[in-house]
Amino acid sequence: MNTMNATVTSEADMSETENTPLPETKPAEATIEEGVTVGQPFADDAKFQLRNVEVLYGENRAIKNISLDIARNEVIAFIGPSGCGKSTFLRCLNRMNDSIDICSVKGSLQLEGQDLYDPKRDVVELRARVGMVFQKPNPFPKSIYENVAYGPRIHGLANRKSDLDDIVENSLRKAGLWEEVKDRLDATATGMSGGQQQRLCIARAIAVSPEVVLMDEPCSALDPIATAKVEELIAELSESYTIVIVTHSMQQAARVSHRTAYFHLGHLVEVNDTNKVFTSPEHELTESYITGRFG
Amino acid sequence: MTDQTSQAELVRQSLKRRYRKERRFRAYGVIAIAIALSALVILFADIIGKGSAGFMKTTLNLEVELDGEMMYLDDATDERQIKMADFVEPLIQALMKELPSASESDRSAVRDLINPYASVTLRDALKENPDWLNTSRSMTFLAHTDVDVFVKHAGDSAYSIKLTEQQRDWVNQLVEKGVVETSFNDTFFKNGDSRDPSKAGILGAMIGSLLTMVVTLALSFPIGVAAAIYLEEFAPQNKLTDFIEVNINNLAAVPSIIFGLLGLAVFINLFGMPRSVPVVGGLVLTLMTLPTIIISSRAAIKSVPPSIREAAEGIGASKMQVVLHHVLPLAMPGMLTGSIIGMAQALGETAPLLLIGMVAFIVDVPNGFFDSATVLPVQVFLWAGSPELAFIERASAAIMVLLTFLIGMNALAIWLRKRLERRW
Repeated sequence: MNTMNATVTSEADMSETENTPLPETKPAEATIEEGVTVGQPFADDAKFQLRNVEVLYGENRAIKNISLDIARNEVIAFIGPSGCGKSTFLRCLNRMNDSIDICSVKGSLQLEGQDLYDPKRDVVELRARVGMVFQKPNPFPKSIYENVAYGPRIHGLANRKSDLDDIVENSLRKAGLWEEVKDRLDATATGMSGGQQQRLCIARAIAVSPEVVLMDEPCSALDPIATAKVEELIAELSESYTIVIVTHSMQQAARVSHRTAYFHLGHLVEVNDTNKVFTSPEHELTESYITGRFG
Repeated sequence: MTDQTSQAELVRQSLKRRYRKERRFRAYGVIAIAIALSALVILFADIIGKGSAGFMKTTLNLEVELDGEMMYLDDATDERQIKMADFVEPLIQALMKELPSASESDRSAVRDLINPYASVTLRDALKENPDWLNTSRSMTFLAHTDVDVFVKHAGDSAYSIKLTEQQRDWVNQLVEKGVVETSFNDTFFKNGDSRDPSKAGILGAMIGSLLTMVVTLALSFPIGVAAAIYLEEFAPQNKLTDFIEVNINNLAAVPSIIFGLLGLAVFINLFGMPRSVPVVGGLVLTLMTLPTIIISSRAAIKSVPPSIREAAEGIGASKMQVVLHHVLPLAMPGMLTGSIIGMAQALGETAPLLLIGMVAFIVDVPNGFFDSATVLPVQVFLWAGSPELAFIERASAAIMVLLTFLIGMNALAIWLRKRLERRW
């Protein structure tokens, strides 16, 4: 919630400068044309087809006419300076913005050909298919077992205790946590270390067998060792899930993602293979950002 | 260099001032707490000083000759005869025996040492054991209230002693002989109210309070929590909900006597419910407690971290599931604390109950929610306003009982909060 508010305010600040020339520290020719994204925003085997997406917070346009495809089983990283709208855009993908009253989403957002924002669509079913991992580890103040078992239980994925046990074990194994916690499944989850908690949250997200996992800066609250473990985990998970990750760390984006999307002031400036983005970016702004000239 | 030293000197001086300020600030705090504590100590010392005597009773241990001829009774199983029989005479005789100096002409003075209800005690005992007739029994009876006051407060100028010089002399003799004794006042906890202080008890008021609190809790907790959850989680944010919120906060500040008037107008006059009954008392106190419970419950719900909500929503929990599985368990300690404090407030409430007739003089211990009853604070109010001085100590004793309940409830609130509190 706080991050959302931060987005709104910084967006408000920026909208004042929207029509004025960019500050001199940036290259003069680096202008953004609305709705135009350089690189390869589209894919053949698209999981998500997002066309002309606009997100408004009241009067503020947080996302300005973005079109993007997210391919099946790819890891796509969203990067960009604070307040550029990458988290807002990520949250559109499983409608986590719904609980914010003043937020409205326009455009066409499709998950395998079905409209996400169809009024008849059940958001609960959508979130079972598109799971989410948050910036700060947020396990429930319950036991480790209960944390993982909660999702399958409310969705009725396991009828017997043994089935549920299997799901919990598999999820924890996939999250690389099983060996560490198998002897203390009844211990409270809040007693774990930050890195363990975040991996538990990932286990909780994949316990309902989603097709897509959204990660909103999953490592920003973790130390380098825990971060390395989570990144390893992302690489493993990419074999069976589509992963969308928002990150502030460009090294992380370079390490874990197949494609990288660069956001700027609510625009999607450039999408390309990660290698290309970090070695020979097509857009001036992307280059300025990844070389650390601003952001 | 000189610049630097002078600057260090300046800093040192400002430090001194800062420390002084800090010490002064701390002293203010200590003084404030000392004032509050001393007020509390004075209150407790006064109440305990006055009330502790209320927990003691004065009794007469008499060897009663149950002479059938003297009592005009020859068959103790005959209801009618029992009704007609004289149970005062054996008591007077027994007491006269203990007082060799009392002559036949002092009969009425001797009689005034015995509690008016002692003869009832004797009659009930004989009714239960008809074979006691024409035997001699050693029994314990309540002394007269005047004797009670004299024994407990002989030197106290606040109490006027109604006994004559002669009677005082007798009582002193009886105390030496062990006929007059003070013991723990179990009567106080076994009886309802009475016109006679030595027979008056708080059982009726305690049961009345209990019944009223049961009604209040059963209504206000579910309604309050449901209202809080709806307002906090489901209600849209608009002018109407703002208006409701302002009104709830206002209701919390409305003087409780207004709720009493409302109860009188609505529950008694409009709905035709009976007066003086715990159900109506509970309804009125529910109205009074609801704002407290709603406000504290909403605060408890608000304090649940949004990350927990997001986590549950993120794996596809519906709004209901988020609330029932995650928000409610985490908010429960706060809700319970608020409710118990609200209940403690309701337990000590007098004004609204006066208006719905719970101030009546009721001797019988209530048996149900629709029996006439009074409650502890109203009992204190009644006794404190009684002309008999002996009621002062009863009132203080009743205050002590009430305070014990209040302390118990607040301790329970703290214990529950510690117990249920979860960290994340």
